[in-house]
Order: sequence, then structure tokens, then C-alpha cells
Amino acid sequence: MDEDTPLLDELEKGPWPSYVKEIKRMAKKNKAAKDLLGIQELSYKDRVTHWKHGGIVGVKGYGSGVIGRYCDVPEKFPDAAAFHTMRINHPAGWFYSTKSLRQLCDIWEQYGSGMTNMHGSTGDAILLGTTTDNLQPCFDSLTEAGFDLGGSGSALRTIAGCVGQARCEWSNFDTLKLVYDLTMEFQDEIHRPRWPYKFKIKASGCPNDCVAAIARADFTIIGTWRDTLRIDQNAVRNYVDNGFDIKKLVVDRCPSEALEWDEKNRELKLQSDDCVRCMHCINKMTKAIRPGVEGGATILIGGKAPIIKGAYLSWVLVPFMKIEPPYDEIKDLLHKIWDWWDENGRTRERLAELIERIGLKNFLKEVGIPPVPQMVYKPRANPYVYF
Amino acid sequence: MNRTDIGPPDYREMLPDAIKMNYGKWKYHEKVRAGVLRHVSETGDEIYTVRVGSPRLVSIDFIRDLCDIADKYCDGHLRFTSRSNVEFITDNKSNVNGIIEEAAKLGLPAGGTGNSISNIIHTQGWIHCHSAATDASGLVKAIMDEMYEYFTSMKLPAFVRIAVACCINMCGAVHCSDLAIVGVHRKPPKVDNEKVLAQCEIPTTIQSCPTGAIRRNPDPNIKSVVVREDLCMYCANCFTVCPAMPLADAEGDGVAIYVGGKVSNARKPPMFSRMVVPFLPNTPPRWTEVVDVLKNIVEIYAGNAKKYERMGEWIERIGWEKFFRLTEIPFTDQHIDDFTHAVETYRTTTQFKW
Repeated sequence: MDEDTPLLDELEKGPWPSYVKEIKRMAKKNKAAKDLLGIQELSYKDRVTHWKHGGIVGVKGYGSGVIGRYCDVPEKFPDAAAFHTMRINHPAGWFYSTKSLRQLCDIWEQYGSGMTNMHGSTGDAILLGTTTDNLQPCFDSLTEAGFDLGGSGSALRTIAGCVGQARCEWSNFDTLKLVYDLTMEFQDEIHRPRWPYKFKIKASGCPNDCVAAIARADFTIIGTWRDTLRIDQNAVRNYVDNGFDIKKLVVDRCPSEALEWDEKNRELKLQSDDCVRCMHCINKMTKAIRPGVEGGATILIGGKAPIIKGAYLSWVLVPFMKIEPPYDEIKDLLHKIWDWWDENGRTRERLAELIERIGLKNFLKEVGIPPVPQMVYKPRANPYVYF
Repeated sequence: MNRTDIGPPDYREMLPDAIKMNYGKWKYHEKVRAGVLRHVSETGDEIYTVRVGSPRLVSIDFIRDLCDIADKYCDGHLRFTSRSNVEFITDNKSNVNGIIEEAAKLGLPAGGTGNSISNIIHTQGWIHCHSAATDASGLVKAIMDEMYEYFTSMKLPAFVRIAVACCINMCGAVHCSDLAIVGVHRKPPKVDNEKVLAQCEIPTTIQSCPTGAIRRNPDPNIKSVVVREDLCMYCANCFTVCPAMPLADAEGDGVAIYVGGKVSNARKPPMFSRMVVPFLPNTPPRWTEVVDVLKNIVEIYAGNAKKYERMGEWIERIGWEKFFRLTEIPFTDQHIDDFTHAVETYRTTTQFKW
């Protein structure tokens, strides 16, 4: 094999840490990583991918968690001819002990290319590149060490959430606890694809939505509160005394004009009824303003990327729900949605596309949720109503 | 014994003590400097988080290097962020500089906090994907080399989220990012009749096309499909269900650039990114033309937006017509939507700028 990689060598330069250096580091001791480098260089030369459509490979008893991958020039790169990915379900919040991370590394040193993504965009730790023969022994070692595979294909995908109450004062419910609980409850749905297409659940603790739940999750859980902002007026005055332009940077930016700065009494006044809980004032005055204490979440549905009928942002389904163990309300709702989608969805039809085809009204009837104005920006303008 | 369905490790076993003791009790936080956060608890405890950049595609030895730092300074724990950064958490303020220095020795910059350009969310590209129309890791490296000063500082009006998807499947859900770079094909699939017979289900393949461009081959002796090329918009949904219809083509493939999306609900509701550059060719290893367009947009945004205004909020305030004027990006018929929700984007007022 030709070991010159002049095009990739360019990407070792520059200040940002280089993935090419990482592949080269592994290539010194692992043949599959060495061939991966060669395949990448060939793609840079040819300007096309050199990976073929996946095949059906996996581990005993599962239909997901492994992405089959084959190189289209196996004669040149025999050690990466089969280069399958294993998706490892991450611990909620992506926290690790170094002990568990080192175990993961040792297993992947033994069975794979030694290359990983920490992490893939769905949330899994991605172990990149192994042979068909190594899949089962690698999986057995992984479960021995306490790890399991995540979702792939037409299954429930690995559930992810933001850091939540572990290290954030804004989280309106315990995202990590919920993510872990749902993940354990739905192991079967994650590991055995059975639906029209993929289904994603993401949980963010507040409307800042650090895991982009609204853009990509069919079932979106975003923390919010039922009562009012907590404002520490002394801390507010501190900001103002230190030159913070509260009128221009906070009051004037409030989207619902719910705030007012009373210069005379040096007090930030809130018209609580008008607050839409957008987070702007909280984000900019972290020491003075906090979410309310009556925490829970808004449940939204249908978020997805463009394939097939265009992208959707999730729609409000339940304006407010308490999010507490054992999470029966969420689980019941999920089962109702899955049953309806499974019954009515076409192949590769995501939830939002099905709802658009059949109508939100019919969907609400099926899942037994009454219509409320919070679900829409505005009512219909046309007269074509089914009575 | 073959164990299945054990699920991921329990997160509670992965938390450092300083977090366990203050779980759910955090009161406020502040950004001490680029890449360093200080969180203060109701109990009076405080922790420091050092956030550093990562190439995301990393070797196991890289992970072991991170573990060495975490063992020395962070009670044997670390975490990754939703944007693939690495976070070292310590309750000892005097550890902060040590962590930053040791990370710097590994070439990892502290940053990505506040009004910065944090790490790029991206997909696999030519490193591992069969449907990629561009590379991802290399494109990201080329972009971040140029945006480096914005990662290690907090000088932008608001944060700018960048994402790269190597085809329009958009595994990374890039469609709500301040700047999104998406791999696109421009040539219809090449049908391999023999492979269709062996590998594809014809009704499923026909049904997969969102524009109805795929039909049965009119010759009854050929058990395959034909593509009406004038209807094809190169989405590759057929290729996903039928491997005998590849679209990849060195001349046809390249990237499009989308701008102004967001997911946060702060101020304005979440919004989609909008196309500003329909196509630029793939020019590995540095994609210079793509990087130049992005840098230009960021600089014009930085010079014109109000404090705390996200890219999309700024553009909505000044109007897209002014955005195209300021950036000198040509507006073409490809910018005008003709897909499923197109008419929502047509202007229905006489209010606009010249």
C-alpha cells in the first residue's frame, strides 16, 4: 500500500486539533486504522466516498446498534474491507469515570480499529471500524464491562438529554434521571427495530434546549415552569451598579414585553402573566434571575431533518406536564403514539409526516388529548372544516 | 454468558463527588474566562469547569490522555458536551490552570463558552458513510482552523452554532444552526439494472421518491426502474432503500451553505437555517472557497449585529434582501423555494428594503 498521504497531511497543520493526527497515531499500531487513512486519502484524491451501502450484520438477539460498512476497494485496503460501526449507549449526560473509559478503550484496542467518535450526533459513543467476526466477542466484552449498544435503523434511537441538574441551575426537571429511566424501560424498542422508521426522544431541562430536542426529536421534552420567575432585586441592582444596561439588554429584548425597569425604585418589575419563559433575562443575569420553582416540561412532537417531506420543528402537544418518577404519564403517551404510528405509518414515514398526512385533529383524538390554543400560533383562516 | 439489554452504565456511578453533593442545588454560574465556568451551589460549594475542543474523531490513546488529566485533577471523572467538547470539572480553583496547561500540551484549546464559536456538530463524511456528498471531519478541521480565534474568545454578539452534514439526510440535524454546511448531489442516480434485480424491492424504491420521479422500466424484459431526470432533486432517498442507485459523482457533488437557524427559545422562537449558497464544489483538503464564504458571513455579522442578537435574529431584523447586499452573495432562482412549504416564504407585503 502507498503510504503517502499528501492531501491529508495538510490537515495536520493549523491550530485546531487534527483528526488526521489521531488516525496516524492509531495507524502505527493498527492495520485497520492504517487502511482507514489510505481510504480517506483516496477519497480526497477522487472526491467521492469509497464506502458501500451497509449489509446486515449485528450481534445475537439484536437488530440494531451495529452499522454494517464495507469499502468499495477491498483489494487495495484489505484490513478495512469490512469496517463496521458499533454504537455504544452513552451514560446519561456524557459523564464518565476514567475507569470505565479506560475499559472501553481496552476493549476497542482488542477488537477494533482503535478509532472512535466521542460522540456521534445522536449521542452514542461510536466505535468506528471492526470486522464481522469481531462483533460478537466485542459485544460480549462490552456487556461484561457494563456497556450496551444504542439504537439504529427503524428503532427507538439512543435517548439523550442535557447536563440538567447535575451542573445547571436552570433545569426544570431531572433530565439525567428521566433519560436513564426511559432508556432502561425501552431496551426492547431500542434494540429491535419494528417501526415504520426511526423515533427519537430528547430531553432539555430548559427552553435554551442545549440538545436541540425541538429540531430533531419526534418526542421532545423541554423543561419549563408553571409559576413565576424568581428575581433577586439586590442582585439586579448589583448588575445595574456595575454598568449593565438593563433597559437595552434585557427589558427591551423581552419578547412579550413582560419586564419593566423602575428607575425610581430601582426595581425590575415583572408582569408575570405575560412572561413566555424564553430564558433571555435569565441567561443574561444569571446571578439575579432564575426559573420558577414549580418545574415540569412542555411536550412537543414531530421534530425532524428534511428527509423526506421537509424539515419540521416539534409542535406543542402538552403545554405542561410534571416530570417525576415513575414517569407513567410520559410512558403511556409514548405507547399510544407508537401504536397509532405503527398502525398507520408508511415505510420511512416519520411521526410528523404521518400527522400532516392524516391531520393533527385526528391524531389528538387517537391519543386522547384535548385541543388547547397553546398548540397553535393562530387558528385556521380557511372555511374547510370537517364536522 | 450472553447478556443483553443491560442498558448503559448508570449515570450516578459516573458523577464526580462535587457534583453528587450539589445535584439539583445549583444557584448560579458565571464565565470566568473563555473555556472556564464557575458554578455556585446553594450549599456554598463551587466547582470549576474547563471546556476544551476536540476533533471528535479520536483514537483510544487520545481518550487515555484525557483520562490522565482527569485522574490528576478531577477525581477520575470527565464529561463530553453535546457539541463534542471535553469538560474537566474540579472543586479546587487552583487546578484550573494545570488542566488548561496540560490540555494545551495535547493541542487542545480551552474555549467554546459564551459568545463564541463552539465545536462543530458533524456527521461521518468520507471517513465512514456510503451516501456522503462531501467529507465532514476534514471540512470541520478546515473551518475550525479559520474560526479558531472565535473558539478561544467570547467576542461575538452571541454564540454562533456551526454544523456540517455530509448529505441532506442531515444525521446531525444541522437545519437549525447559525451556519450549516450540507453536502449535496447534483446528478440523478445511475441505475444499475442487474443490481436492482438482485438487491432492491421495486415497489419500495418507486414509493421512496418524494417527487414521483421513479417508474418501472417500460421494457417488460428488464426488471428494474427508470428515473425521470427532470423531476429528480437528488435527495438520495431511493439510494437509501436501493443500493443499486448511487448518486455520488466527483463533479456533481459539493456543498450548500445555510444560515440563520437556532434551537433556543430565547427571545425569538426556534427557526430553520435558510439557503444562501446553493452550491460550491468539493475542494479538499481545505475547501478554501467554502471557508472564505463562512468567514465573510461571520465577520459581517460580528460588525453589524446588536449585542446578544443571534445570526438569524439579526438577519430577520435587517431583512434578507439587506443580508444578500451586505455579504455580496448573489441571489439566484435556486434560492426561491419550490418544495412542500414553499409559499410560506413568498413576500406578501410591500414592505422591503432596496
